[in-house]
Amino acid sequence: MNITSAYASGRLTIGLIGELDHHEARETLQSITELLDEYLPRECAMDLSGLRFMDSSGIALIVRLNRKMRELGGRIWIENPSVQTRRVLEAAGIERLVQVAAIGGTT
Amino acid sequence: MNIKNYITLDFPSNSANEAFARAAASAFASQLDPTLEELGDIKTAVSEAVTNCIVHAYPREIGRIRLRLRILDEETLDITVRDWGVGMENVKQAMEPLFTTGGEERSGMGFTIMQSFTDTLHVRSEKGKGTTVSMRRRIFRRSRIG
Repeated sequence: MNITSAYASGRLTIGLIGELDHHEARETLQSITELLDEYLPRECAMDLSGLRFMDSSGIALIVRLNRKMRELGGRIWIENPSVQTRRVLEAAGIERLVQVAAIGGTT
Repeated sequence: MNIKNYITLDFPSNSANEAFARAAASAFASQLDPTLEELGDIKTAVSEAVTNCIVHAYPREIGRIRLRLRILDEETLDITVRDWGVGMENVKQAMEPLFTTGGEERSGMGFTIMQSFTDTLHVRSEKGKGTTVSMRRRIFRRSRIG
């Protein structure tokens, strides 16, 4: 998994590039948690456009990052999921917890 | 039931094999001329079933996982994922959304996603003997339409 990050005025944008499954999840969570602890952002956008595959391991990761951002008094959302990722997000009902936005959208 | 083609793969429960298993399923299923969305569904269902074996069936050891793929009646992909691990006492409970014994790293949504992405899902399990997950997904061939 390759992880990109960009920070500007309180917003951290994290990009995931690769396949997010159980094998990749622990290291990915650790890397993102370190970024959140470093920047302490008010807003965190998860750009999933580079994610070629995600299963329920990604759901667990998003749930934990959502909790982490709430602890920091901020919020997190998901941007640009592929069709496969979007179907997993929908099947898991993640939109009840975390907003899923289209390209570049935040509202 | 006419079995048109099949493969059987045995592999150890290393988590690196999750990606291999879903890629193999995707390659085998491609002869049914699925859409990208259908292929994504198949990869996801296989990934969930194989991950369950790795996380739950063999929690403290590397064990054997068997993935069998069959094409039935020229339009249905039959997926069986079998292990010889710890097994489950309560399959119904294990299949409930959000139920997990896997701790914070697991979402408890694996079976829910398998159910959403396939037409049928059957789970047989015996404590101490292992678990067999069978899924079927019909693929509508675009070349046959019109």
